[in-house]
Amino acid sequence: MKKELINLIDISKSFDGELVLDELNLNIHENEFLTLLGPSGCGKTTTLRIMGGFVTPDKGRVIFDGQDITSLPPNKRQLNTVFQKYALFTHMDIAENIAFGLKIKNKPKSYIDDKIKYALKLVNLEGYEKRMPDSLSGGQQQRIAIARAIVNEPKVLLLDEPLGALDLKLRQDMQYELIRLKNELGITFIYVTHDQEEALTMSDTIVVMNQGYIQQIGTPETIYNEPENAFVADFIGDSNIIDAVMLEDKLVSILGTRFACVDTGFGCNKPVDVVIRPEDVELTSPEEGSLQGVVSHLIFKGVHYEMEVMAGGFEWLVHSTQMFPVGTQVGIRVNPFNIQIMNKPESEDEEATGIEE
Amino acid sequence: MIKTTAQKIYVGLIFLFLYAPILTLILLSFNASRTRAKWGGFSLKWYAALFQNREIIQALWNTLFIAFVASLAATVIGTVACIAINGMGRRKRAVVMGITNIPMLDAEIVTGISLMLLFISLGLKFGLGTILLSHITFCIPYVVLSVMPRMKQTDASVYEAALDLGASPVLAFFKVVFPDILPGVLSGCLMAFTMSLDDFIITHFTKGAGVDTLSTKIYTEVKKGIKPEMYALSTIIFVIVLLLLFLVNKSPREKSDAAIK
Amino acid sequence: MKNNKITGRLLSAPYLLWETVFILIPLGMVFYFGLTDRTGAFTLENVLAMMSAEHAKALWLSIGLSLASTLICFLLAYPLSMILAHMNVNQHSFIVLIFILPMWMNFLLRTLAWQTLLEKNGVINHILEFLHMPSLNIINTPAAIILGMVYNFLPFMVLPVYNSLVKIDPNVVNAARDLGANELQTFIKITFPLTLPGVISGITMVFVPALTTFVISKLLGGSKILLIGNVIEEEFTQAGNWHLGSGLSIVLMIFIIFNMVISAIFDKNGEGNML
Repeated sequence: MKKELINLIDISKSFDGELVLDELNLNIHENEFLTLLGPSGCGKTTTLRIMGGFVTPDKGRVIFDGQDITSLPPNKRQLNTVFQKYALFTHMDIAENIAFGLKIKNKPKSYIDDKIKYALKLVNLEGYEKRMPDSLSGGQQQRIAIARAIVNEPKVLLLDEPLGALDLKLRQDMQYELIRLKNELGITFIYVTHDQEEALTMSDTIVVMNQGYIQQIGTPETIYNEPENAFVADFIGDSNIIDAVMLEDKLVSILGTRFACVDTGFGCNKPVDVVIRPEDVELTSPEEGSLQGVVSHLIFKGVHYEMEVMAGGFEWLVHSTQMFPVGTQVGIRVNPFNIQIMNKPESEDEEATGIEE
Repeated sequence: MIKTTAQKIYVGLIFLFLYAPILTLILLSFNASRTRAKWGGFSLKWYAALFQNREIIQALWNTLFIAFVASLAATVIGTVACIAINGMGRRKRAVVMGITNIPMLDAEIVTGISLMLLFISLGLKFGLGTILLSHITFCIPYVVLSVMPRMKQTDASVYEAALDLGASPVLAFFKVVFPDILPGVLSGCLMAFTMSLDDFIITHFTKGAGVDTLSTKIYTEVKKGIKPEMYALSTIIFVIVLLLLFLVNKSPREKSDAAIK
Repeated sequence: MKNNKITGRLLSAPYLLWETVFILIPLGMVFYFGLTDRTGAFTLENVLAMMSAEHAKALWLSIGLSLASTLICFLLAYPLSMILAHMNVNQHSFIVLIFILPMWMNFLLRTLAWQTLLEKNGVINHILEFLHMPSLNIINTPAAIILGMVYNFLPFMVLPVYNSLVKIDPNVVNAARDLGANELQTFIKITFPLTLPGVISGITMVFVPALTTFVISKLLGGSKILLIGNVIEEEFTQAGNWHLGSGLSIVLMIFIIFNMVISAIFDKNGEGNML
């Protein structure tokens, strides 16, 4: 295991009496691409700003490389931030923007000039030194914001929804760019986004957050394939989340039909939630399926067809390369490995805290 | 903690500086003594005297009439001007805007004497009419200043959509564009009214003998000593405005959505 | 398209006419009167009259007092705007209101009230006496005029500076801190340069009326202190020499135009607007 670089310990923070973070604990490793993922208001940006030093937690400690930096002002911290909407200095040209941090540290001019050249090359904007920020496109401004941060050689780069203002195509290009940058620089990236696809594409580790609590920490594969609760399952990708009853180990009743599964240890006749990804629902002829239904919607999506199938009183979302016209009688079959069983939350509050332990 | 206390004291001192003269005037309006040099006890007699004083009441009516008509006229002309300016090419627009701003940026004394020279040359009789024309002129830039930004924010496609849906240009303007710029029009109108009400210098140069607004009346009284009725009157005006503003602020305001994530 | 053009002309024509008649022609007349004598012949005499000892003295005094009051307004307004900008983002209209509100009490009366406050036996001296501090005797001195100018024109400095401060994206300031700048460095390198359009606009809004006032000097300066505004006003209302008055105004306008050009250069986007 790589060395731990940042430890957030029991961090709580509220704004105007509203609790935004509640005793949050998180460890971040060296050279990790970690993404804080969640809907707006989940506390992800606050968590990032606490690390950057722009928000002081009400309670808890921030440990950086073994040292307590909780009360250290942002200018004394060895991390740099790429802000939402870039926050470039509009009264300075690109070179001055990038040189800002180095000039503050009184680096020699030749060193600064080299760094500017290097940084612009790194973000593919060579020759832009004398341009003004306003004259650049959103994507270019974003690259400058990154260049401005990395010339200071931070150990950690904090990125606050940096691609939010860009259009889809550019966003996808920038995702690859960011992965490349991270590998070239060999530093830790902490990335905040509400875009699950972005998180799945780039991250080593994803931290799913909701209402001030961490819902699940894991690799993109784990988060996607084994969501620990309905919130994570619903937030990450499309999914069918269905009320079910765990009859016994490895056997679950979904909509009154028995399905084999691989999970154990939930007890007998216990109500549970079941997650089945749309691409894991197999459509067959009615006789071959465990459950019978009718196709009610059909959309061609390019890679696959997206269908809705009414079966057992539930509208199943199905992704398949095979096309079944609307009105077709079909059977539904699911591989036991693709049925993900989750405990039902006992209360609203439980839903949020459920998997903290 | 010390820092915020010091900040509060600083803000407090500045407001004391801004409002001390106003408090003084309010106190003087209750002063039984005729001179402002000494306190002769509490009295309401100047308020009673105020309504007997024909000259002051006449000046008040003049002032209000001028402010009302001038701000209204300036609002109409200024708003139409904004629509016209908005439709102009860049170059022409810059020139017209530049000229529009002259009465606001230029010294009031220059505006005053230049209008005085104009009216003399045109052979106009100095009186309410000349004051009105001058007030409208210097009020227009305040209207344009507050309507123009609203106009720029208004999406042109909304207007086009209204036309597309069959509205005539005039109808489209009043149904779609006007509600959008209304806040700007109103605040411009209020600004113009305030400026007209408070104006002395331009009125001083463009008024005729025998016609007085409150400002010019006060100015002529300076040497003889201000009649305490004036203090009473300005206190009444101030309190009325304060009450009005209080009422406006009490009405439901849009909830502030602080962007804290 | 053609229809649009005609509508545009129809809309703009009345206003263009108004501008011409009530702004451009009157200014032209100031120049006409200033550059001619009573017989209508061209002369520079009225303009050059500014160089006479008496007028030059008034002009220099005006420049000195207005520069001083502009500087004081700036020094008072900048910290004030910073505090107000930090207080609450959503109080914008309220703050504008607080500075506009005094205008509803007549400007002359408000200025006169300072006489009451500043007099030998005035309120301020009573308070100073109570505190065992030396009394303040500035009424009828240039200092009182400066005070009157600062009092009357401070809002014109506060509003544009405040507006340019609240427009700064807080993340831009955060970015500077993030890149290692301490609070002072952030202010010098980021905050202040970004508010420069507002500051310049404020300077113009204070300097021009201060330079040309004749009321404040008359009300607080006694009858002895003559500013250039008083000289011009007297030429028009008492001496009746419009030619000389206009000539002196032309000199004044040179200062004003110079001021406006500077503010136009710094404030290309109208960022420093008051409202």
